[in-house]
Amino acid sequence: MNALLKIDLSAVMPLIPDRGVTNLSRRRLLGLGAGAFVLGTLLPAFGARAQAAAAVKPGTRVPAFLVIGQDNTVKLLSPFVEGGQGINTGLAQIVGEELDVHPSRFEVECAPPGPDYAILNGLRLTGGSFSTRSSYEVMRRLGASARDMLIRAAAAKLSVTADTLTTDDGYVVHAGSNRRVTYGELAEQALALTPAENVALRDPATFRYIRQPMARLDVRAKSTGKAVYAIDQKLDGMLYAAIQHAPVLGTEPERVSNESAVAAMPGVHAVHRLPGAVAVTADSWYRARKAVETLEVTWSKAPATGFDAVAADYSSTGILAALKASDASGLSAEKDGDVAAAFANAAKIVEAEYDAPYLAHGQLEPPSSMARFNADGTLELFVPNQMPELFQSIAAKVGDVAPDRVILHSPMLGGFFGRHFAYGSSNPFQQAILLAKATKRPVKVLWSREEEFKMDALRPLSFSRFKAALDKDGIPIAIKVRTVGEGPIGRWFGVTAGGKVDSSAVEGLVEKPYAIANRSMEYVKFAHPVTIAFWRSVGHSMNDYFYEGFLDEIADAGGKDPYQLRLALLENKPRHLKLLETVARMSGGWKRGPYEAEGGKRARGVALASPFGSETATIAEVSLQKGEVRVHNLWIAFDPGSIVNPAIITSQVESAAALGLSAALFEELVYKDGRRQQHNFDDYPILSRSAMPSVHVEIVESGAPMGGVGEPGLPGIAPAVVNAVAALTGRHVRSLPLAKAKLGV
Amino acid sequence: MTRIHVNGRDYEIAAEADTPLLWVLRDTLGLTGTKYGCGIAQCGACTVMIDGQATRSCQVPLDSIGSADIRTIEAIDQDAVGRKVVEAWVTDQVPQCGYCQSGQVMAATALLKQTPHPSEADIADAMTNLCRCGTYNRVAAAIRRVAHA
Repeated sequence: MNALLKIDLSAVMPLIPDRGVTNLSRRRLLGLGAGAFVLGTLLPAFGARAQAAAAVKPGTRVPAFLVIGQDNTVKLLSPFVEGGQGINTGLAQIVGEELDVHPSRFEVECAPPGPDYAILNGLRLTGGSFSTRSSYEVMRRLGASARDMLIRAAAAKLSVTADTLTTDDGYVVHAGSNRRVTYGELAEQALALTPAENVALRDPATFRYIRQPMARLDVRAKSTGKAVYAIDQKLDGMLYAAIQHAPVLGTEPERVSNESAVAAMPGVHAVHRLPGAVAVTADSWYRARKAVETLEVTWSKAPATGFDAVAADYSSTGILAALKASDASGLSAEKDGDVAAAFANAAKIVEAEYDAPYLAHGQLEPPSSMARFNADGTLELFVPNQMPELFQSIAAKVGDVAPDRVILHSPMLGGFFGRHFAYGSSNPFQQAILLAKATKRPVKVLWSREEEFKMDALRPLSFSRFKAALDKDGIPIAIKVRTVGEGPIGRWFGVTAGGKVDSSAVEGLVEKPYAIANRSMEYVKFAHPVTIAFWRSVGHSMNDYFYEGFLDEIADAGGKDPYQLRLALLENKPRHLKLLETVARMSGGWKRGPYEAEGGKRARGVALASPFGSETATIAEVSLQKGEVRVHNLWIAFDPGSIVNPAIITSQVESAAALGLSAALFEELVYKDGRRQQHNFDDYPILSRSAMPSVHVEIVESGAPMGGVGEPGLPGIAPAVVNAVAALTGRHVRSLPLAKAKLGV
Repeated sequence: MTRIHVNGRDYEIAAEADTPLLWVLRDTLGLTGTKYGCGIAQCGACTVMIDGQATRSCQVPLDSIGSADIRTIEAIDQDAVGRKVVEAWVTDQVPQCGYCQSGQVMAATALLKQTPHPSEADIADAMTNLCRCGTYNRVAAAIRRVAHA
């Protein structure tokens, strides 16, 4: 069997039309900076493409997106995959607004691969908190185009001029003759028309659906067990497959001592060797799992030592020590002013080292995939994924079929948080293809939670060293950061070739709003041998903790209140000032504490973050209970510029806050002796209801370009909590999670 | 063959005695509303009601079930309390990814059937299911909504 393929972005390029790839004004419109999920750095890789299926202008061919039934139902084929973020509902609002169909009557599903859906500057992905902001204009225009086509079709049908027609929630109306025609009756003729080049969009002042807190389309199905995820799907005649992966990444099965005994277990179809794993196919998953876990496998030896492979002695403490010890010279991620002079004139110097651990995604749906080779030579796949065309291209190589012979279904995701990009051997779909080929049957691979903990791609363990210069008044006049590590954009999209800074490693450390004139931010690439990933808010997930935690250390060193210091450093940043003042008001006025409250002393911490084109200000209120941090309240003022659904935004900010708190308090995936030390939710605790604080969210619409929503609520949580702990205990915790810090009562 | 009683119907199951109820429901009976999350009774995604008790079906071997009355999320509409719980879930817009919510709804229904007006401590004791989207506060709000209706 061929080895599992690593991601290869060039493979997906022929599937994506060559247009609009690097468009600076578009970038500016989206509010993207160098610190965002930067397609600007990602995309030059595409620029080299000579030709492509350029006939299609993404986001314009109405029939590729809308299926209007004769019964007047509307189905929207979405470029994005729904995984809890509410994108299906948001798109129904945006398209429905212009099409003039109530969003509640939409059915939305993830579109198949195809050039029509590459609407993100020629790319298609669900991630980077990009979906709504990248598609807002395109989807409005699409809805308006479709409405215009329906009106033109009605004009022909009713023998009237188009300008005498209006629409009313799924009907074209001719007021003069009091006639109404459903969209369903007109759809066939309408969708055959050529979309007009320029259609008028609705005046936002007349919006009925956009900006409203509309109910999610999927809530009832998800409350009654009717929502269907990848794990729930089934194919006729399919075999179930369970996997036992190598305990150390990169090692291979050498010998199976009890293969014939396992092959004779009830329901077992066959025992298989796969790259880095063994598998059993059987007539039920439970039987397959029991059998595969009974296999006695001798694995090849891991290399003895080093950081270029997961070595027999690889450990989290080892790589952290290596990141700290690195003396390699770095690339400049940001430089301004005269840092050396500022330090020479400093009245006081503050230094600190911050680190954060590897993290698992812990999405509650374990990964699965189904593969079937059809009689017509196509390969049909059901795969959780955030990037259909890329998975399609990898599947084509693994299955040895042409990309356009791969039928890819992208089911609803039971949580993702970055889990379902293509991460080499960390996705099960390649195994499903190999097993379907080997057995000549449809195969469904499901990873047990334990196998998922073994194989999940991880938020990289990260490290930064800070140094600040303070003047005699305690105000920071210079800041230096040295970051050593690796980010997922560099790993999976190869954009750091040629000495470029990996934005996903430094976002949250650069482009800060604070008026600190002299800055030097340096990045040293240090590759991890383990599989690293995008994880909700990516580099911001640790870097905003590092920076904002250190800023409180600066405040303490300078004798300043951390809230007042931030106000002073943001004097000329009205958007940030407004958020700071909003979050202070929400929490009843800024008070750092400690102060007495029910159940003992409490204190508060504040943090700002600027992730994914949005802005957040967060205040956390904490106490210590038997040495453990208890978070009582989180107040979050959130400015995404402009909005589509305030209810979904609030939910997303609540959710991001919960995940951020989970990571801040509890989570750590530890390597020791080349192996991951956590196996399931018993030894990798995640936030439970008992640790959930009250979360108060207020949306501030500054009118800035639309920012992201799914991730930005996260980065401010850890620093706000850690800063509150510092206010309570006097100790600035420089390493997460807090659970491992020994905090006095 | 083992006979089990699920959602008011009898089924003859051909599976090993130690097969967890979860996999009988999902793979044998096709009742996939009950979810697999961890397999070690940590997460609660597989919660069903067995004789009215919220139970993590991944830890219930087939041969331990006997004549017990098993109710899954697929039968939630047949239960008066269950219907109220679902309506509260919709009103409070609880689910996000939704994967844990079958289990949450079953746990909440079992709680409210036994204790129609639960205290905060009752809710805390009964609602230990994990949710990676962090919908915990809305879960509690929806339960309070049913309790106070």
